[in-house]
Amino acid sequence: MSCIYILWIRQLKRYIRSRSRIVSSLGQPILYLVALGFGFGPIFQKAGEGSYLQFLAPGVVGMTILFTAMFNGIELLWDKQFGFLKETMVAPVPRVLIMLGRTLGGTTVAVVQGLIVVIVCTLAGFRPVNWALIPAAIAFMVLIGFLFTAFGTAVASLLSDFQGFQLVMNFLVMPIYFLSGALYPLRHAPPALEAVARIDPLAYGVDGLRAAFLGSSHFGMLTDFGVLAFAALLFLGLGSYFFNRIQL
Amino acid sequence: MISVRNLTKRFGDFPAVQDVTFNVKKGEIFAFLGPNGAGKSTTSKMLTTLLAPTSGSVEIDGLDPAKQGNQVRKQIGIVFQDPSLDTELTAYENIEFHGVFYHVPKRVRRERIPRLLEVFGLWERRDSFVKEFSGGMKRRLEIARCLLHTPKIIFLDEPTLGLDPQTRHQLWSQVKQLNQDEQVTVFLTTHYMEEAERVADRIAIIDHGKIIAEGTASELKSATSADSLEQAFLNLTGSAIREEEATSLDRMRNMAKMFRR
Repeated sequence: MSCIYILWIRQLKRYIRSRSRIVSSLGQPILYLVALGFGFGPIFQKAGEGSYLQFLAPGVVGMTILFTAMFNGIELLWDKQFGFLKETMVAPVPRVLIMLGRTLGGTTVAVVQGLIVVIVCTLAGFRPVNWALIPAAIAFMVLIGFLFTAFGTAVASLLSDFQGFQLVMNFLVMPIYFLSGALYPLRHAPPALEAVARIDPLAYGVDGLRAAFLGSSHFGMLTDFGVLAFAALLFLGLGSYFFNRIQL
Repeated sequence: MISVRNLTKRFGDFPAVQDVTFNVKKGEIFAFLGPNGAGKSTTSKMLTTLLAPTSGSVEIDGLDPAKQGNQVRKQIGIVFQDPSLDTELTAYENIEFHGVFYHVPKRVRRERIPRLLEVFGLWERRDSFVKEFSGGMKRRLEIARCLLHTPKIIFLDEPTLGLDPQTRHQLWSQVKQLNQDEQVTVFLTTHYMEEAERVADRIAIIDHGKIIAEGTASELKSATSADSLEQAFLNLTGSAIREEEATSLDRMRNMAKMFRR
């Protein structure tokens, strides 16, 4: 237990100390919010869909958590490279606990980052419909964060250097984000696009956030929760498996 | 303390280590020498639970690293060839982290960490980030760290690589001191022959995966009628230069230089 705790603390310390990272990782969501939220807002309104900012904000929160969590998982590569991973791997601690500690740390950082973006969205004019459901929204944020940190760890366990990193960003993270329905309503999406969203875990995450914040959802809040929880466990298993096989 | 019998490791068809046998007694400083790619690191990895042997047996304080990994890990301290510190944490945080990971009780940590940092001259800098440390300071911190859980054996893999003579000298006198005071067994690899000669009680030379000579520095010198250990080493292993392919880690290190945060 104490090992998990100290890994968690370590991740938080690293996060809090890298102020430049905090600031730069807030730039992107704000850009999306301003450029898309205000840019497409009037057209969205004309199409009779209501406020685009309201619709977009949960998507941007989901995006922030996706990126932060994936990055935290892939940070494993830095530890490999700076050698710190070895220090943890030769300690008398089962690797599963190391994986778990890292994942919990990454999740916490991602959720904190997500909460900051919620505040930024609120400043931009976003208003949750039902404040009583905020805890549900946070639960979804935790699930998204956990899922993608574990996913990032699994990917980083398989990569041996940074060459693959760009590949992962372009062919995994970006599609996961753009095809999740974070930016457009799945209700009106062409069937093919909707079908793709059905196998994208982030789609359920963003949908769950919309259910909690706005009271409307595409898949239904319980489905969202179930799929996310299942996927989170799946990726934790996958991550542990690959993490266990890392050869030093 | 370390007993290795007919140890063999094959990677596919390539025999990295072949039929290696040696013993290290308690309290001994044992140097394991060899050219690049001779099988040093592979052997070290098998001794430190990081790699499972193809055949043969290893005993570390009576335990089998391949089967009783966690128990072995508690008994040994390792200083790797490459740095293994978290540079974003302070010196104190790094060593504290190690203590928690090796299940050192808090009371013992509070007492031992200041003492170790004091011995290795880092107490004043305990709250500095490791990224601000010089190579020598990092090394000292790593050695202090690996001693925190009072290991019976410490493995030092080319610990003086890239350090200046002053730092090297200080580092070895500290290691010798520890070896005398606490009867810690030391297993070391190095490319600096004069260091091995000065520090080690006994030396084994490995080449092409096989041990080709073993004994004290003077025994090795007289067996090869050489006047220095370096000459003895060259007589035994030849003077051809060994090629070693860059590993993915080396490539990554180059990338990291570009990305240096």
